[in-house]
Amino acid sequence: MAQTMDPNNMPILSEASVSVEIETEDMTLNIGPQHPSTHGVLRLVAKINGEKISSVEPVLGYMHRGYEKLAEVRTYPQVTTLVNRIDWVSGFANEIPFIAGAEKLMEIEVPERAQYIRLILTEMARISSHFVFNGAFPLEIGALTPIFLAMEDRERVLDLLESVTGGRFHPNFNRIGGVKPAAGAGPTTKKDIQDLPAGFYHDTKVAMQKVLEAVDRFEDLIGGNEVFQIRTKNVGVLPKEVAEEYGVSGPILRASGVEFDLRKQSNYLPYDKFDFEIPIGENGDCFDRWSVRTSEMRESAKIILQAIDDMPSGPIQAKVPKVIKVPKGQTYVRAENPKGEMGYYIISEGGLGPYRLKIRTASFSNISILPIMLEGALLPDLIAIMGSLDFVLGDVDR
Amino acid sequence: MSFSTELLIKVLVVLATAPVMALGLTLLEVKGSAWMQRRPGPLHVGLRGFIFPLATAAKYLQKETIIPNDVDEPVFKWAPAWVIAAVVGLFTIIPLSPTLIVRDLELGVFFLLAISSISTIGVLTAGWSSANKFSLMGGLRAAGQLIAYELPLILSVVGVVIQAETMSTVGIVEKQIEFGFPFVISGQGIAFIIFMIAATAEMMRTPFDMPIGESELTMGFFTEYSGIRFLIFYISEYINLFVMCAIASTLFLGGYHVPLLPTEWVNFYGPLVLIGKTFLLAFILIAIRWSFPRFREDQLQTLAWKVLIPLSLLNIMATAIMKVVF
Repeated sequence: MAQTMDPNNMPILSEASVSVEIETEDMTLNIGPQHPSTHGVLRLVAKINGEKISSVEPVLGYMHRGYEKLAEVRTYPQVTTLVNRIDWVSGFANEIPFIAGAEKLMEIEVPERAQYIRLILTEMARISSHFVFNGAFPLEIGALTPIFLAMEDRERVLDLLESVTGGRFHPNFNRIGGVKPAAGAGPTTKKDIQDLPAGFYHDTKVAMQKVLEAVDRFEDLIGGNEVFQIRTKNVGVLPKEVAEEYGVSGPILRASGVEFDLRKQSNYLPYDKFDFEIPIGENGDCFDRWSVRTSEMRESAKIILQAIDDMPSGPIQAKVPKVIKVPKGQTYVRAENPKGEMGYYIISEGGLGPYRLKIRTASFSNISILPIMLEGALLPDLIAIMGSLDFVLGDVDR
Repeated sequence: MSFSTELLIKVLVVLATAPVMALGLTLLEVKGSAWMQRRPGPLHVGLRGFIFPLATAAKYLQKETIIPNDVDEPVFKWAPAWVIAAVVGLFTIIPLSPTLIVRDLELGVFFLLAISSISTIGVLTAGWSSANKFSLMGGLRAAGQLIAYELPLILSVVGVVIQAETMSTVGIVEKQIEFGFPFVISGQGIAFIIFMIAATAEMMRTPFDMPIGESELTMGFFTEYSGIRFLIFYISEYINLFVMCAIASTLFLGGYHVPLLPTEWVNFYGPLVLIGKTFLLAFILIAIRWSFPRFREDQLQTLAWKVLIPLSLLNIMATAIMKVVF
């Protein structure tokens, strides 16, 4: 029996059941590799529904320079020229763990003065890196002024770095067993070598005061800005557990409330002699990540001032053989870089250069949380979250 | 003088004034931002930075106009025309003095609101025809934003119209002279703030510049534009800034009038006074632009629908009650 449709007997359709959900398709948006706020050549393949992001896939490798492989055909002193190009906004800090690893394998005791100089310059690199962040992050949210102020303030620190090492970005200053004497100071074999430029202590003190002032200014100009606050607070919240699971490190981890700083937990540089705090965030949102970095600048300036005050005298270079050969063995040295944990796994076969070098960079591990954090975020939040992670593409791809 | 000669002269004067004002505001913006950001370039280069806007314009004029393959060519080419036509059209009702006005329309304020929404078409078509996803999103954002902020803009002006009992812009200024105080301090203060916020959003300036949002959408709806068409967008942005500030100073700050100056000479000092007030307002917007980040799209809509529109409705109610009572 065929069922006929009786118009009088049809179920009454409510208005809501008649209206059909319009089926929409997610749009694929290629953000990058050439895009103003991907910090270089990062490509994000985002599926977006209107302004909402349904999924994001980071595509890496546009900046791969093969440093790990190149290091295999370089001698140990030559490798430092490579590694300070990994995270170029804090070039000096990249050299430290590699040099410390080589020294560990060679069992060289580094003179205290050299350690202090390394520490001061590492902290300067941290300050300059966070200055860049303090300029770039508001820029991504749409405030154009802070970057100019930040770059101007950073120049003071870079001037100091340059006066000691001769380079602003790529110092190539560390030697196995110590550091190089200041630019133009003559050969290290002379008795009365000048290891730091004249007036360095005074200039550093002045510059650090300026840094502290700049930090106050940034906390006013950026952190005190209402629009900045509503754009960053409760945006891109990274819970503690997720952060730990994904191997996130550095300020991002600390902003999520984990007190983990290799400067306290490790002894690659004599940080235990100084009094400083580790800023911790509460919510793990973009605002906390900004405020942790900004407070870190203040702590770094404090460390530098303390180090200047009780700078030990003595040699800056331990006795090392003319031709540096690292004995057979392997080691992993990690350090707290401005962007997070950086580690070098060095395998030596007793040759002039490393047999194999594995570099663990902070940014690479940090951006692995991007797909998690960006799911369900809005497109403007994508930019804010990416900016708050503060990665450098050279550090991602190396 | 016949009507056509008069019209021709007026059109020529407007066409000559508009770019000059745009250049002036560009200069103000460039120098203001450089001053805020401690950038030496625009303060010292090229006759102390004064030829900077001209150099910018000349640069865009000599650039190649690139039209990508997949664009909807006629729509793409005409989109800048919509925008600049809308903003230049607004010059019609700006009174430089009681007589120095292109046309003192009886429905002047209505004309302003009607004409200013035409630029939405230009922006939307620019975004749509560019065949670029970033442009499309910028265009859609712009459309949503311009529609949302049209309302507080209109509603805030309604308060002024009620108080002045006229829609003619000259009439509104005359009413303020009669009152003795500009409307901003005699009852329409909230309306003035709402108008300035809504006008900033209409002009798509920071903190409401999501349609352009260079860190998100590269350049928003004009990502694909280059050369002279980009220049037209760029100039119309500054003409719009001038026009909006000029209208705000007409409606709220007493326009061409300043107290104590003899009213017979208004044809001489009126234009200068109006331009002075306009540049003062523009400078405030410039200072805001260079000190604030941009809002997010949803926050922008929340601000319009939940704060500005109810506030301006309240303002209308209050003005109406005051009008009836006194």
